Amino acid sequence: MMKKIAVTVFVLITFIIYSIHQRTEGNQAVQRVASSASAANSTNTTTTSPPAPSSSQSSAPKYKDGSYTGASSDAFYGYVQVKATISGGQLTDVSFLDYPQDRANSIAINDYAMPILKQQAIKAQSAQVDGVSGATDTSMAFMQSLGDALKQAKL
Amino acid sequence: MQTTRIIMGMPITLVAVDDQPATEQLFERAFKLFEQFDEKYSPYKETSLVAKINRQELDTSDYDDELQEIEAWAEQAKQETHGYFNVWHKGAYDPSGIVKGWAIDKVARMMSQSTNDFYIDAGGDIQTNGRRKDGQAWRIGIRNPFNRDENIAVLGLSGQAVATSGTAIRGQHIYNPLADGPIKSNLSLSVIAPNIIDADRMATAAFAMGHDGINFIERLDGYEAYLVDDQGIATQTTGWQKYEV
Repeated sequence: MMKKIAVTVFVLITFIIYSIHQRTEGNQAVQRVASSASAANSTNTTTTSPPAPSSSQSSAPKYKDGSYTGASSDAFYGYVQVKATISGGQLTDVSFLDYPQDRANSIAINDYAMPILKQQAIKAQSAQVDGVSGATDTSMAFMQSLGDALKQAKL
Repeated sequence: MQTTRIIMGMPITLVAVDDQPATEQLFERAFKLFEQFDEKYSPYKETSLVAKINRQELDTSDYDDELQEIEAWAEQAKQETHGYFNVWHKGAYDPSGIVKGWAIDKVARMMSQSTNDFYIDAGGDIQTNGRRKDGQAWRIGIRNPFNRDENIAVLGLSGQAVATSGTAIRGQHIYNPLADGPIKSNLSLSVIAPNIIDADRMATAAFAMGHDGINFIERLDGYEAYLVDDQGIATQTTGWQKYEV
């Protein structure tokens, strides 16, 4: 019985230490990303045009395996920066290191008595429109940062 | 007449009811103005004033009238939003969040001296003036953040501006370890205001406030907002509906 409890306690402690370790690692990763992003921001990032789409869908390796961080690119409201992962010569993952609106934390806002605001599920509207308002398109900045990452990966 | 060009890293569309050689020249002047603002205030151009400020080559006392105007807007926005709006981003001076709305406003004012019925769409931020050819208000859709080919609301605007803030990046759910499932997060927030500078900066600030953002707009006179969260639920301020057509 004692042995069983001891084993359980050991497993628990190991798990807790592991979680703490993971969490610290996670924080460090976030900090690394933040510092690399600001380093990129402070230099004048030249924009690179996205790679021309390949004419054939061949699976011959075009890129060196590894992870490549693209230049931080202007989406006007902020920066878009991507990391491209190549394995087996193919682009297998794109992750965002930075993107607009990624700004800081909540502050306390005074709680006034608020009316209950109307809520409803969104529904597509079919009416014709002259123009459309939407979040500033980050797709161009995305293409620039990805194009830059892929340029580094080129064989 | 309608023309689109890519300036300041975004598509800018000018639409006017007038369709004359003079309108074409007016559009040229308008685009030229956007290009000049880009040259002066882009954080990415080494010769821009913003780059000079970041290299500490330009002292506050050397600011020209335009820069002082932008500074005054930035300061006002910072105070009104309890510090949410800040032109200092990761240790660098970047007034883009003000310059975008400010530039659209400047161009709209210039254009309104020559023509009455037009709108400017700069990267989804829209300033309307006057009316359409058929005399109705300009119909401006609010884009579905889940599907960029769909609109989820249609507004009738005549003289007002609408700006939408949001993130194009989705699928990054934040999980609360103490609760089941992802935390609800906001995808897009649209703000209607009398002019684009106000709509733009308030949309940016309110979006950054998360769940409090829509309440923040509700408390401001002359502003309406429409918020879409990642569950596909829209929340609107009490006066939003009167702009819907």
